[in-house]
Amino acid sequence: MLRIEGLTVAYGGIEAVRGVSLDVVEGELVTIVGNNGAGKTTTLMAISGVAPIRSGRIVINGEETTRLAPHAIVARGVAHCPEGRLVFGRLTVHENLRLGAYQRKDGASVRQDIDRVYALFPRLLERRTQLAGTLSGGEQQMLAIGRALMSRPRLLMLDEPSLGLAPLIVQRIFGVIRQLHAEGVTILLVEQNAHLALTVADRAYVLETGEVRLAGAAKELIDNPEVRKAYLSQ
Amino acid sequence: MKGSTRNLLVGVAYVVLLGGLLWLAQSTLNNYYLRILAVIGINIILTVSLNLTNGFTGDFSLGIAAFMAIGAYTAALLSLPVAMKTASFPGLPEWLQGIAAPFLPATIAGGLLAAGVAALVGVPVLRLRGHYLAVATLGLMVIVRIVANNWQDVTRGARGINGLPPVSNIWWTFGWAVITIYVVWMIVNSPYGRAMIGVREDWLAAQARGVRLLRTRMLAFTISAFFAGVAGALWAHLITAITPSSFSFVITFNIVVMLVVGGMGSITGSVLGAVLLTLLPEGLRQVETALASGGAPVYGLSQIIIALLAALVMIFRRQGLFGGKELRLPGMVERE
Repeated sequence: MLRIEGLTVAYGGIEAVRGVSLDVVEGELVTIVGNNGAGKTTTLMAISGVAPIRSGRIVINGEETTRLAPHAIVARGVAHCPEGRLVFGRLTVHENLRLGAYQRKDGASVRQDIDRVYALFPRLLERRTQLAGTLSGGEQQMLAIGRALMSRPRLLMLDEPSLGLAPLIVQRIFGVIRQLHAEGVTILLVEQNAHLALTVADRAYVLETGEVRLAGAAKELIDNPEVRKAYLSQ
Repeated sequence: MKGSTRNLLVGVAYVVLLGGLLWLAQSTLNNYYLRILAVIGINIILTVSLNLTNGFTGDFSLGIAAFMAIGAYTAALLSLPVAMKTASFPGLPEWLQGIAAPFLPATIAGGLLAAGVAALVGVPVLRLRGHYLAVATLGLMVIVRIVANNWQDVTRGARGINGLPPVSNIWWTFGWAVITIYVVWMIVNSPYGRAMIGVREDWLAAQARGVRLLRTRMLAFTISAFFAGVAGALWAHLITAITPSSFSFVITFNIVVMLVVGGMGSITGSVLGAVLLTLLPEGLRQVETALASGGAPVYGLSQIIIALLAALVMIFRRQGLFGGKELRLPGMVERE
């Protein structure tokens, strides 16, 4: 599904990601955990084509996408739900979802998918004509995920979906992530909350200062003493 | 009945109503007021079209005077009578000397050339955002003015072009204003318009949803330039004389103030801003002369008041009168 080989991303002279290699298999939920500044977000941005890639290769469904423009990468089935949600504040909830399906021309099934998002997040249905900027943080996160789903992605990338949310809302959001995973959506999840991420994921990569420090099955990493000490504060 | 069909019919009814009002104005008002009315139409075109870039797409462009100048000069050169061309423009290419185009095609040509120039400069200029874009488009205005001042064969330099056929009137300017409003409204309520607003709200999220940034911004920029060019053509044939200094920063400033006061991102706001801020200076001008009873008229008072008004709106109601919302006309229904 997704294969990254030796990816290096540099902003000016600073290398945010250094020689990262990782892969995601169809249907998997893979998580990237690590501290602030470890290069998690930059990795996702590189996959989406919005970060300056210095070297390395990104292959999606057997096709190299390293140098493709962001819209072409979306067209190849990647949906990026960015950190901080970044909903379109002065569009309504409904308009946000419709813009999520910007590249699709199949009006009827777009409407079906909007209904599916509303079924997934009933709160959004209640607020469908409300401006997205007036939603609570949790609702905005739901909208951001719903908007990402609107392109019928083959790979859904979620960046810090728990950021700044109350524990109860985080639970609900992760419930939906589990549900999507169970439905067979391939997910690449970036999280600072390592414990939470490792409990839902199949496999995980631990990033440290731009490099892959550890990789393996999530269940094993959660018991790894090194991980426990550094990321689970146990 | 579907909402969009209903809105279209109601819209047509309003246009008919507008036509009736214009006819009434035509038959009762004197030339002075008719001229002001025509200018209102032109300012509506300029403000509504500027809203597409500055309001909806979030690209603060200040190139409006440049596109007006291009439209005005193009239309003027096409519509001038052949006899005048041979007398005043010996250096003009022969094919251009031989034609005296009717007003409508001349206007459209002016708009198209302005849009063409916008597409050309858009490629480098739209790499910039925010203040940088504003400064770059301001530079465009300077360039166009210098070209107009020095390209003697075509523009007659600082002497300008006089004696244009006085064909522009309220019917033309309001006709084009209606077209501008309709086109901008259709775009804003289409997927392209949502993409433009998406770019304004968050370019990263818009990109991540497959919106092509440059193409989307370019679309807004060129369409806006087209209507600015049309407005330039209408204005030239209303005043019947143009010089390079006709298209100065003052025009850009006035239109930006109309846009900001009305409320960026609102079409109804743009229309209201244009109407108010065209009428206000005219009214104040009469105050200027009225205050003259003791000595000389207080010239410039109206400009100061407009500038103050703009500053006050910025301080107390930064989102403008309409704050990005639309006033739904009675009879129209909300679209999905």
